[in-house]
Amino acid sequence: MTALVIAEHDNETLSDATAKTVAAASEMGGDVHVLVAGSGAGAVAEAAAKIGGVAKVLHADGEAYAKQLAEPMAALIVSLADGYDALLAPAGTDGKNYMPRVAALLDVMQISAITGVESADTFVRPIYAGNAVSTVQSSDAKKVITVQPTAFDAPAGEGSASVEQVGDGVDAPSVSEFVGEELTESERPDLSSAKIVISGGRALQSGENFETLIYPIADKIGAAVGASRAAVDAGYVPNDYQVGQTGKVVAPELYIAVGISGAIQHLAGMKDSKVIVAINKDEEAPIFSVADYGLVADLYDALPKLKDAL
Amino acid sequence: MKILVPVKRVVDYNVKVRVKPDQSGVDLANVKMSMNPFDEIAVEEAVKLKEAGTAEEVVVVSIGPEKAQDQIRQGLAMGADRGILITSDEDVESLGVAKILKAICEEEKPDIVLLGKQAIDDDRNQTGQMLAALMGWSQGTFASKLVKEGDKLHVTREVDGGLQTVALSLPAVVTTDLRLNEPRYASLPNIMKAKKKPLDKKAVGDMGVDVSPRLKTLKVTEPPKREAGIKVESVEELVDKLKNEAGVL
Ligand SMILES: Cc1cc2nc3c(=O)[nH]c(=O)nc-3n(C[C@H](O)[C@H](O)[C@H](O)COP(=O)(O)OP(=O)(O)OC[C@H]3O[C@@H](n4cnc5c(N)ncnc54)[C@H](O)[C@@H]3O)c2cc1C
Ligand SMILES: Nc1ncnc2c1ncn2[C@@H]1O[C@H](COP(=O)(O)O)[C@@H](O)[C@H]1O
Repeated sequence: MTALVIAEHDNETLSDATAKTVAAASEMGGDVHVLVAGSGAGAVAEAAAKIGGVAKVLHADGEAYAKQLAEPMAALIVSLADGYDALLAPAGTDGKNYMPRVAALLDVMQISAITGVESADTFVRPIYAGNAVSTVQSSDAKKVITVQPTAFDAPAGEGSASVEQVGDGVDAPSVSEFVGEELTESERPDLSSAKIVISGGRALQSGENFETLIYPIADKIGAAVGASRAAVDAGYVPNDYQVGQTGKVVAPELYIAVGISGAIQHLAGMKDSKVIVAINKDEEAPIFSVADYGLVADLYDALPKLKDAL
Repeated sequence: MKILVPVKRVVDYNVKVRVKPDQSGVDLANVKMSMNPFDEIAVEEAVKLKEAGTAEEVVVVSIGPEKAQDQIRQGLAMGADRGILITSDEDVESLGVAKILKAICEEEKPDIVLLGKQAIDDDRNQTGQMLAALMGWSQGTFASKLVKEGDKLHVTREVDGGLQTVALSLPAVVTTDLRLNEPRYASLPNIMKAKKKPLDKKAVGDMGVDVSPRLKTLKVTEPPKREAGIKVESVEELVDKLKNEAGVL
């Protein structure tokens, strides 16, 4: 069995999620190769070659892959699929975008956002916002899988895989083009892989309050900042801060939820955190049912104190 | 322009589902069912495009039990023009749904298919992308903004790093994210009117599409339960516990 993991990157940096996806692929048994498709992403290919357990890196260099658009990415992956029994990608917005396209082109039913590997054809994945966990067996000859990276530990050790150039002669469909992007600038750690996350909810009431109450604490303890859907919808913070069933799934060492009620959709994105702290003025708030440490308090009183105490 | 909106009948987002004791699935008896929330957003966007004169016709389609009529009627009450119900007593997997939608696209020839990004029951996030692949069409997933510019559709997408905008040639598949719009409630007169709008019905078996499942559910279990911890009395106590008990600071 040989698996191909599609690397997640921005042409400069390889995401931590890629190594965790390699770990999931390794659990299926057999060799693991990594595909880095990008534009000028040579350094990413070198980084992928160092992931423990990777036997080979395929590097496709082309303008068409610069922004990971689904149409060219899927065409490339399908062109390489013959040699592989399984194709896996991290369940980030890139993988979620192109992998189902790959699956359909190969006439395969994708297994989405797995959190466990039972064997080469049987996988575990949460359903209903994590209120149930299903174990599914795939009868497709080739498996197409997206992986929930927080459920896997990056492989130990350092690899020294060879890097091979691929992708010559693959026709990229020209039905879509990149127009522009507005990326969230932040010096803080990446939300998906941060060791500490502090998230704010509707109770923060404004973007200014995030700035004056949440960000200084985040900066003091090296945390990433997250948010509930309500806080994102209200425009207090950018969309990529949303934690939950339909946002990002995080599992840091410490998750601090401030002014968040704890709707199941939010819990789905953070309940696997190691230690959970909830600060909420309503002692009945559902968030307390998953919190290791609950503080019933007004956040406007508690956060300044917390900043000073840290 | 014609817009096709696939809507799925799912367990309402407010329901906390229970796993059946025999681990065969979740208990759906007497559980409130609704239109998948992302599909409401898709219907809303399609109706808005019609109101703006960009689209002429909005067709909603559902694959599911007879009862999925309710969700189609809701789409019609929100302003869609007609409905198509493909009945199936068995659950159809995303790949099968995409194949059925392909057959419908070949007949209806829509310019845009607007789906939800994710059905909140199975949390798979794949049907739209699969349909785009089967049709050889462009795709704009996780949309928070749609603008028709000339003969292209500009889609702003919610991605991990922020927002990305792509220009799609038509026909195109678009999947909705939460910030695209706020779906309207259907008014009573519109609910009454919706009852008279055309709704075609076909059985999945008459579609000429192979929808046999590829995934077998071996079991469905409860997630590991997280025990509630303790309440602390003050910020000082909290910081002390995090430093000295949990060791995470
Ligand atoms: C299809 C769908 C997908 C969704 N996906 C997600 C998702 O991915 N992530 C997500 O988070 N949500 C998601 N939601 C929304 C979810 O259902 C909740 O509506 C949302 O999480 C609520 O956000 P909140 O806790 O910030 O706001 P609220 O529920 O309004 O809670 C605010 C909390 O703040 C507390 N509070 C108020 N004032 C203070 C104060 N001064 N000090 C301390 N505490 C205070 C209140 O007691 C309350 O508990 C989704 C919903 C749907 C329908
Ligand atoms: N049975 C169905 N009937 C109609 N539309 C569906 C069905 N299943 C999925 N869809 C559409 O595909 C989207 C994504 O679903 P999924 O890929 O299952 O997460 C949904 O939001 C719907 O728009």
